[in-house]
Formats: sequence, structure tokens, C-alpha cells
Amino acid sequence: MTSTERPVIVDIRRLSKSYRRGNQLIPVLEDISLTIAESEFMALMGPSGSGKSTLLNLIAGLDRADSGTIRVGGIDISDLSETQLAAWRATHVGFIFQFYNLLPVLTAFENVELPLVLTDLSRRQRREHAHTVLRLVNLEDRLDHYPRQLSGGQQQRVAIARALVTDPTLLVADEPTGDLDRISAEDVLVLLERLSRDLGKTIIMVTHDPRAARRASTIKHLDKGVLANDVEAVVP
Amino acid sequence: MMWKLLFRNAFRHKLRALLTVFGVAVAVLAFGLLRTVVDAWYAGVSAAAANRLIIRNAISLTFFLPIAYMEKIRAVDGVKAISHMTWFGGVYIDRKNFFANFAVEGKPFLDLYPEFILPEDQKDAFGKDRRGCVVGRGLARRFGWKVGDSITLQGTIFRGDWPMTVRGIYSGRERTVDENQLFFHWDYLNERLKAAAQRRANQAGIFIIEIADPHAAAAVSGSIDAVFKNSLAETLTETERAFQMGFVSMSEAILMAIRLVSFLIIGIIMAVTANTMIMSVRERMHEFAVFKTLGYGAGRLGSLILGESAVICAAGGALGIAATFPALRILARYVSNVFPVLDITSTTLCYDVLTVAAVALTAAVFPIRRVVTVPIVEALGRAG
Ligand SMILES: Nc1ncnc2c1ncn2[C@@H]1O[C@H](COP(=O)(O)OP(=O)(O)OP(=O)(O)O)[C@@H](O)[C@H]1O
Ligand SMILES: [Mg+2]
Repeated sequence: MTSTERPVIVDIRRLSKSYRRGNQLIPVLEDISLTIAESEFMALMGPSGSGKSTLLNLIAGLDRADSGTIRVGGIDISDLSETQLAAWRATHVGFIFQFYNLLPVLTAFENVELPLVLTDLSRRQRREHAHTVLRLVNLEDRLDHYPRQLSGGQQQRVAIARALVTDPTLLVADEPTGDLDRISAEDVLVLLERLSRDLGKTIIMVTHDPRAARRASTIKHLDKGVLANDVEAVVP
Repeated sequence: MMWKLLFRNAFRHKLRALLTVFGVAVAVLAFGLLRTVVDAWYAGVSAAAANRLIIRNAISLTFFLPIAYMEKIRAVDGVKAISHMTWFGGVYIDRKNFFANFAVEGKPFLDLYPEFILPEDQKDAFGKDRRGCVVGRGLARRFGWKVGDSITLQGTIFRGDWPMTVRGIYSGRERTVDENQLFFHWDYLNERLKAAAQRRANQAGIFIIEIADPHAAAAVSGSIDAVFKNSLAETLTETERAFQMGFVSMSEAILMAIRLVSFLIIGIIMAVTANTMIMSVRERMHEFAVFKTLGYGAGRLGSLILGESAVICAAGGALGIAATFPALRILARYVSNVFPVLDITSTTLCYDVLTVAAVALTAAVFPIRRVVTVPIVEALGRAG
């Protein structure tokens, strides 16, 4: 199955972004156009400084582009106000960071529950959802552990559960295995793959690791702010 | 969930949080104490009766009035009763034992001051003994005096030793009544003056009158002062309240200074708490960026930070207010002869609560602004 047969969920057109350093404009992304289909697991690769994180942050609505449009599920997010964008992120995006970014004062369970505070789910429903996703990432026996009591791999699985718990349109991961040993990294990748294949999640993952990229259904290369020719990966 | 977060975050750095709580507590305590002392200063004023007027020498309080004025004043329309009072300035054993003592008229004086509660038999005993005196309960406790004890005052304004016998111990009808005064017979003073210093005899420090209608105070004052206009000793008549106020206003500058200091303390604690909040939020900017990534908006971020600041300030405020009561009791033990009433007023308690709220708010404002406006990508840092 190729991505073109499924509906497009992310549609990026002529996206550009540059940073200003002093009075000098440094282009980071130049005229990027890209589509991502529903349930696609896309790996975004490229040398350091090529603009991978910048692109990911734009897609996740964490940052704003200079020009171009990003439509996610039909919504042009560059049109949204800050408040609307925050609400949009809460329902449509699950973000997974390289360094997990769990809140140290909350337990694994509470960390996962955190995004649901913004929904109008009842307390009971919130707890049920949190339980479900923690079971999904195989951590139902670590609910009351604080992040410091968990291994890196476990923390990243909690972070994935947190990203997943609101059932977002899009999962975005910036080097999710970058800080993990091989075995933990493998666990995380298997999990992401399963989420995409079995649960139909759309995932965009930035990675340096070709092994990680091989898990994806599509690999895109970014070099100096420009997308290289598409490479379709073979689904194993 | 929000509550859990807010409490856990507030006491994340235990030592820092406790120090800040302690700082707020000390500031609230100091603020409460200073304000209560200022209030105590004015307590004499609020205890003053509205139906009593004080007549003094128009030149100054240190000049006396001829006792002969009494009958002329009594004749003025609206005057119901009259008596007089002379500041004696006597010292008991040592100057450090300062307390107020006056030569008064005995029964007419006590009739004019119903707020001094005294058993009838003691009143009679005082009336019968020309060398008797009546002392306040606080004073009796302080020096261990009992009815029947002989004491001696050394005169400062009126030279010599003045032996007298305690014939009565009064208590105040209200808590605001000063229970640290001594009253003895003016006759005793006057008879010795007649013998030794004729020029100073037959005079009184002030006259006190009771008027039938408190609303007529201004009119009665006017007519009394008119009687003695252009005489050798012109009078100045004012309400007891205004008279007490005159005493207080002498120390107005000090009171102003104390007030100023009490507000400076609040200013300092505001700065300190704001600094703590700014530092603590800056350290966690990364976490707030994560909140923002999850879609937490300005309102929730603001409540998290304000809540954290409020938890710390409320803890400090509660501690400070709780400490104010025992602190005042201890302070009262040392200054009861100066300040008969040292109670914290509800106004001061209100101010306490308001200042704590203001501190919590100002401490939260800067970090909230920073967290709300910082771009997520910048706050996440390159490591995000
Ligand atoms: N806030 C910023 N101000 C100025 N320049 C920036 C800023 N953020 C990123 N850049 C620049 O934009 C370029 C792309 O950065 P980006 O983080 O997207 O790269 P990346 O591909 O994710 O790199 P890495 O693999 O090292 O994470 C870099 O040259 C970087 O220096
Ligand atoms: Mg990056």
C-alpha cells in the first residue's frame, strides 16, 4: 500500500522559514511542499542543522512559518490565533520529545492524564483513558512511579502514552530514540510502528538513525532546508 | 490535578519555599505589630467620651488655670457637671517606673468618669482620706499594691516627698480604659502649696465638664471661652477627643515614620517574593514550554503560577497572622504602662490579608508574562 492511496492528512505548500541573526536573514526552510497521508509513518532524515526540527515544529503548530500553508485535516493552522492554535494542538497533535520532557512532580499516570485536563472528560473517563494508553505502552505496572524512578526507555513510553491519550490526528516525534540505548530504542520503534499499522496513527518522526528510519513507511530527506527526492521505504 | 501540580511545584525546593514562607510570615507579623502599636497610640482618643469637654489655658498645657474659674464655668448654659485635674508628674522610687498621676477632686472627679469602676466602700474610703489615692488595676499589679498600702511619690513639678495611702483600685469599664494611672486629692496638693509656694496654690491644670447635649459641644465651648476672653488666663475649650488628639499629634511624626516603615516592609517582601517566583519559574521554563506544547493556554498557565505564588504567600500570611497574637501578648507585658490596649483590630487583619494577596499577585505577574509570551520553540531550547 502506498501513501497516495489514502486520504491526505497533512498538506504543506511552499513553506519557508528563516531566522534572523543580527541583521542577517538565515534561511532554514526553503519552499517546502509535502503531503502526508493518513496512517503514514514518515521518517524525516537529514544532516544536523538541515531544518528537521524546524519543520516538525511548524507542522505541530509550535512555531510559525514566514510563508506557505500547512493544512492539517483541512485546517490551515497558519490562520489560527495563538489561543486557537493552543486549543488545536491540544486536540490534534501528540508531541514526543528526544528527552521525554515528563513533569518530574507528577507520576507516570498523572503525566499521561495531563493533556486530558484540557478536555471536558470526566475524572473517571480521564482515568480510564490514561489506563488504556499506559496498558498499550506496556507500563500498567509503573503507574505510580515518578519519572526519576523510570528508565529512559520507560520514560519515553510514558511520553508516547501522553502524546497518544487525546487520540490526536498527528503524532510528532523529534528524535524519539536519540537518547536511548539500542534495546530501548527498539522497543519505542516497535511501539510507534504498531501505532501506525494497527491503530492507523499518522506519525512524523525526525531521526538520525537509518535503522529507525527503516521502520517508517516513508523516508524524506531534508538537506539545507530543501527536501530531496522522495524515497519510498519498503514496509517490512 | 491543577491543585496537585500547584502544591507540588510550590514546595519543590523545600528550603527555598520555606524561607519565602518565613519571609512573608515575618513581614506580616512586623506589619501587624507596627499597625497595632499605631492603633494603640490612638486608643486614648477613641476611648474619649463625646459628652466631656476639656478646658485648658489658651497659652499651653503647662500653664494652669485659677480654681476660681470653676464657679463661672458652672454657670455657663449647658454645663452639667464640672471637676478638675492637675498633672502631678510624681515619681515612684525611680524615674523608670513612669506612670501618669494626677491631683483630682475626689468624688466629683470619679462621678465624671464612670468608666473607672471602683467598689462603693473604696470610693467612700478615698473620699474620707485626704492623703488617700486611687490606682488603676494595672498599676496595682505592676507594683504589687493592695488597698491600705502606703506609698510615697517624689514630686518633680511640686518638690518634696508625697506620702499617700492606696484607698481604692479601679478597673476599666472597657478595655480601652487606661488602668495605669494614679489619682489623689487636689486638696492635699493645694494645702501644701499654700504653705510652701503660695503663688502656685489655688490652681488646676485643666477643668473637665460634662455637657448635657454632646451636639452642643461647639456652642458650650464658645460660650466658656468667651467668658474668659481678655482675662489674665484665657481658656481653650475642646472635646476630650480633640484634646487627646492634641497629645497624639505631638507624636504624629513618629507615627508617620512607623506607618512608613510598615509599608516599606511590605515593599521589601514583595520584591523578595517576586524574585523567588521569577527564579523558580525561569528554572522551569522548559516545563512550561511542555505545558504549552500540550495546548495549555494563558489562563491555565497563569493560574498555575499565581496559584503557586498564592500557596506560598498564604502559608506565610497565615503563619504571620497566627504569630501576631502571641507576639502582641508578649509585647503587651513590656509596654502595658504606655499602651493599655494592644489588640489587633479587624482593620489590621484585613490589611494583613490584603497585603498578602497583593504580594502573591505582584510576585506572579512577571513570571506569568514571561511564560505566556515566550515562544515555545525558544523555551524548549535546542535540546527539545
Ligand atoms: N531560534 C533560532 N534562532 C536562529 N537560528 C536558529 C534557531 N533555531 C534554529 N536555528 C537554525 O536553523 C537551522 C535548522 O535548525 P534545526 O533545529 O531545525 O535543525 P535540525 O535539522 O533539527 O538539526 P539537528 O539534527 O541537530 O537537531 C540551524 O542552522 C539552526 O542554527
Ligand atoms: Mg533537531
